[in-house]
Amino acid sequence: MQSTNSLQIENKDENIIADSALDSYVVNPHIRVANLNLKIGDNHILKDINLNIPPKKITCIIGPSGCGKTTLLRSFNRMHDDSPNVKITGKIFVDDENIYDENIQVIAIRKKMGLLAQRPCPLPMSIYDNVIYGPKLHGAWQRRKLYENTKHYLTEVGLWEEVKDRLKTPANQLSIGQQQRLCLARGLAVEPEIILGDEATSALDPISTKKIEELFVTLKKDYTIILVTHTLRQAKRIADYIAFMYLGKLIEFGTTEQIFNHPQKQLTKDYISGYFS
Amino acid sequence: MIRFRLFKDKTARLTMLGITIFSLFFLLLIGIGLFYMSLPILREKNIWTLLTSANWKPFKGEFGFLPYIISTLHVTFIAIVIALPFSLLTSIYLIEYASKRVNNFFSPIVDLLSGIPPVIYGVWGTLTIVPFISEKIAPHFVEFSTGYSVLAGGIVLSVMIIPLLISIFCEVFSAIPNEMREASLSLGATKWQTVKKIVLRKSMPGIVAAIALAVSRAFGETIAVLMVCGNIPIIPSSIFDACYPLPALIANNYGEMLSIPSYESALMMAAFLLFIIIVFFNAISRLILNRIERRYQV
Amino acid sequence: MKLLEEKIFKSLMLFSAFAIISILGFILFTIVSKGFASLSWDMVSKLPGGGFYLGKEGGILNAILGSFYIVIGAVLLALVLSIPVTMYINFYLPKRSFFADTVRFSFDILFGIPSIVYGAFGFAVMIYFGLKASLFGGIVVVGMLITPIIMRSLDEVARLVPKELSEASLSLGATKYEVIKVIIRQLLPGITTAVLLAIGRGIGDAATVLFTAGYTDNIPTSLSHPVATLPLAIFFQLGSPSEEVQNRAYAAALILTIIILVLSLSARYFSRKLSKNKI
Repeated sequence: MQSTNSLQIENKDENIIADSALDSYVVNPHIRVANLNLKIGDNHILKDINLNIPPKKITCIIGPSGCGKTTLLRSFNRMHDDSPNVKITGKIFVDDENIYDENIQVIAIRKKMGLLAQRPCPLPMSIYDNVIYGPKLHGAWQRRKLYENTKHYLTEVGLWEEVKDRLKTPANQLSIGQQQRLCLARGLAVEPEIILGDEATSALDPISTKKIEELFVTLKKDYTIILVTHTLRQAKRIADYIAFMYLGKLIEFGTTEQIFNHPQKQLTKDYISGYFS
Repeated sequence: MIRFRLFKDKTARLTMLGITIFSLFFLLLIGIGLFYMSLPILREKNIWTLLTSANWKPFKGEFGFLPYIISTLHVTFIAIVIALPFSLLTSIYLIEYASKRVNNFFSPIVDLLSGIPPVIYGVWGTLTIVPFISEKIAPHFVEFSTGYSVLAGGIVLSVMIIPLLISIFCEVFSAIPNEMREASLSLGATKWQTVKKIVLRKSMPGIVAAIALAVSRAFGETIAVLMVCGNIPIIPSSIFDACYPLPALIANNYGEMLSIPSYESALMMAAFLLFIIIVFFNAISRLILNRIERRYQV
Repeated sequence: MKLLEEKIFKSLMLFSAFAIISILGFILFTIVSKGFASLSWDMVSKLPGGGFYLGKEGGILNAILGSFYIVIGAVLLALVLSIPVTMYINFYLPKRSFFADTVRFSFDILFGIPSIVYGAFGFAVMIYFGLKASLFGGIVVVGMLITPIIMRSLDEVARLVPKELSEASLSLGATKYEVIKVIIRQLLPGITTAVLLAIGRGIGDAATVLFTAGYTDNIPTSLSHPVATLPLAIFFQLGSPSEEVQNRAYAAALILTIIILVLSLSARYFSRKLSKNKI
């Protein structure tokens, strides 16, 4: 009993530091996580997460595997809804709306965010149908407009020139790097404000990875981007802000420069200098 | 727009749930239905008498199921005795010895054997097995046999259950982890010794389950057996005698017996009897097989 | 000694594998050699004429078409039942769900129930409702027989659908129902294979249609008409004393066997080739 108490106090201390650290960087957060706790059965996966995600920037969540970074990312678009035994307390505000509020429609939340999974997962249909799948769900029906949109988003991810002659071929005939860009275009086509990437490049070859990374950097002028990554170098290359997690807790949040050059916590220092991974 | 989509979503979910629950009760429905329809005869007669009497005279109101039950048991027993060694040896060969190419060659053969309709097996049986028994085998043992006999039914049935046995045996054998085999082989055992001491012993429950499934399949097989077994309601005294299994009884008489009181109910009781026995055998073997699958899955 | 035993058993195994192959060959040979003589274009293109059952002219088009009518109706019925059940237990219920396991178990048992029990039960229910042997009755009872077949093979492929697929679609803002539609597309090859196998099983089964579908020399024009079926055509003609008619039974058996062979082969083909949109 005593020990848990002291642990909680310790937690709070850390959160205060994290909070004060980010306040100076983020005035108008796009996503605000407040006291988020997540349990799967008796496993406490996320512990008192407080985090502000700045708009139109790339935020990378880093940390050793099993630290809960993917779990945190998936709680942003309520992907845990269907998993049994998952209990979530706390709040996540997107545009000042608590997405775990009872009156919120989960499909509306998910429309606001595109998710890029670890391995590309094209839907079992043609390239064209993959891109228009989302817009059609949400009510778009004019063929002309759908086509224009498809062209626009495929161009945006740099795939248009490669596939414009075979839009009707099954999407799984593309190379894996192309598939991932298609998935990105598919996510962009529902006009989200936020892009979530769950180690989106870990299954790709270096060239495709570079393409995707460049895309993220261009896209951040219009979108808030949150990426989970376990390669520190990737975070260093493209992130504006970095959140470091360890054992379910948010240890430190700051600009990339700050985290890599002047980490406040010993844990962060050890992690980025490669003492553990 | 969103509301309509959510409404569709909810409707779809409830419909699916409804159909799922309905299908869950379907088994129960068949059981209760058959029981309900066999009630008249059960009220009239003692169940024990029905099952142990050999008197089948529907016109006099006597319904003794014994000849049919004995026939079913005889035919099934012969079928299992013939099918078991063949399918066991073949499955061992396929899983333990044969290359992938042999397996690829064999799997359509097993598929085809299990896909051939019962009536075709029946035609084949009457064309080949029946005359063979009556001309070549029976004369060595009895004075006369038409060939339409317990043995013919058993042989045809055995060919029909072989594919079922092979596919389950193969599943059961491949569920045994390779480490066990390697451990035995590394101790200097030959392949066959490994099969005998490790594979067969470890998969005993699965083998029993497969046999139980095959038995229940054999109990219920109708047309093919009916075409080759003679259909005379007496207790067969040798395997060259004609017999009359339960499913054949139902198939031959149901639909034409409405004028005789209790006849319909008696046939329904035959169906109910089959149903209960088969559900029982199936349930046991499925439970064993599910447990095997779960144990080695993790 | 050890090696001798090994040798003996290995040759026994080879012998039994060979025996099983030859039995299949023997069955096919018997059916083809007996049936081929009486097989003619008239057999598959004409209805039974006057005196057909005494060996006069005509064919068994009524039975061929009747069988297809019944099995197509039955497959539709079975799909309407088995797709929702498979989708529900695989994608709405959690992975280790007691309810889902119970449903699977009950379908395993339904799968083992012999066709004669379905036939007898179905006919008894039809009598209860005052229905006569008809196309409708045949469809419903054959549907009962093949629903567990289709459901079990669908369940097997549904378990292999990657979780990422439903997540990809969910993350685009799809409702669960819309996700299911995507998953069904993914399962199309599996559904096709299951349907082909079920057609094979349904078209060849005699005990289900023996009471419930009746027999007629005509092609049914309504659901309440009786309908002829191939297995019964074989069965009834074989019971005839006339050799002419018996030979036709063999020809009919050959036709049925060919249909089954084609179905079985195309099921194999589809399960491999139709997976082009699949991940």
